[in-house]
Amino acid sequence: MEVPEERLTAATFEELAMPLFDQLYNFAHWLTQNRSEAEDLVQETYVKALKGFSSFQPGTNFRAWIYRILRNTFLTSRTGLKATATVPLDADDAPEVPAGPDTPETIFIERSQQQLLQGAIEDLPLHFREVLLLCEVEEMSYQEIGEALAIPIGTVMSRLSRARKALRENLRQKLQGG
Amino acid sequence: MADDFTAKLDSYLDGELRADEISAVDLHVRSCPACSADILSRVQLKRAVQIAGKRHAPSAEFRARVQRRIAARPRFSPIRVWLTAASTIAVLLVAGLLANYVGNQRLERRHAFSEIADLHVATLASPNPVDVVSTDRHTVKPWFQGKIPFTFNLPELSNSEFTLLGGRVVYLEQTPGAQLIYQVRKHEISVFIFQDGAVNPALREASGPLRHVSFNLQSWSDKGLRYFVIGDASGDDIRNLADLLKNAAKS
Repeated sequence: MEVPEERLTAATFEELAMPLFDQLYNFAHWLTQNRSEAEDLVQETYVKALKGFSSFQPGTNFRAWIYRILRNTFLTSRTGLKATATVPLDADDAPEVPAGPDTPETIFIERSQQQLLQGAIEDLPLHFREVLLLCEVEEMSYQEIGEALAIPIGTVMSRLSRARKALRENLRQKLQGG
Repeated sequence: MADDFTAKLDSYLDGELRADEISAVDLHVRSCPACSADILSRVQLKRAVQIAGKRHAPSAEFRARVQRRIAARPRFSPIRVWLTAASTIAVLLVAGLLANYVGNQRLERRHAFSEIADLHVATLASPNPVDVVSTDRHTVKPWFQGKIPFTFNLPELSNSEFTLLGGRVVYLEQTPGAQLIYQVRKHEISVFIFQDGAVNPALREASGPLRHVSFNLQSWSDKGLRYFVIGDASGDDIRNLADLLKNAAKS
């Protein structure tokens, strides 16, 4: 989604940003885990993005740009500050861990417990939750994720791997507990 | 399970490997049941997260609210405001000048027609309204020879209700012209003929039937001459006499 420089107008912004509305809201709700806060976050993101649209660099990725604004807005919100304060240090460069036999996702599929999976995603630390959702739900490339989260691609890869591992662990605990 | 391939499995499933790396993983997976099972479970989880992740949808009301907030609308920059104000002032100025010009033109025309009306009234008020007294156009027309710098044709009135009473020389803004007096029923009508280029431009602009004070008036130009027909007769009488004069001018 690249924009020629001469088209940086409010009308162009609306044309580019509104098709992403549902996705941004979904992502915002996953971050805030609250409808009202998600709405505030999305609205503030759109207002900020429109205000700063003239600084958007044509030729770069608009989707990654607006997701980055949303995420930065969230990180500076009360909920965001609270979430980041409780997140442990990210060991992004830890070695890859295999899924292993008798995986919880197999059990999950068998039982078709979607709510259980949603709960497991909610329980992920923020930095895992966001990278996982951008990859699986938004189907962003590693490059886009890196731009949206302002992290290098290597970090995207390792964080994603650890997020998946953490998700499997959450699922295993939920299945054992339930 | 081969550790070096395990590290690549997520990238493989995310479509982030190069073509040669994909071929290598494919080749390995076919011969490694552990990696094959691992890939299957990862694909299952990936698909499940993709479905479960699309969980929250905004309300239509919220979408409309944000859309209204960011809707493209004209912005009033100081420069644009000044330009708009300057344009408005310029338009008002031009409109004012135009109105003033049109007003002046109207006033000037009114004054010019007042002179025609004055000439008509003064003639009728005179005990000797005409210098050549004749109902015969062949007497009246030659009388003007040598008195005015142009000649004109007069209509045959035998089949009309108009009667020629006579004529005289008149001056309008130091320009000599012919005045002819006609009668229709009890009304007397003046016909003024001047050289078109010599009369006031305000008079030249007006053509067709007009009404000035209580007089009906018709003016037109033909072959370099400006004609005025004025009187207190009806508009139809004035027009009929004007038509007779126009036809006579063609002959």
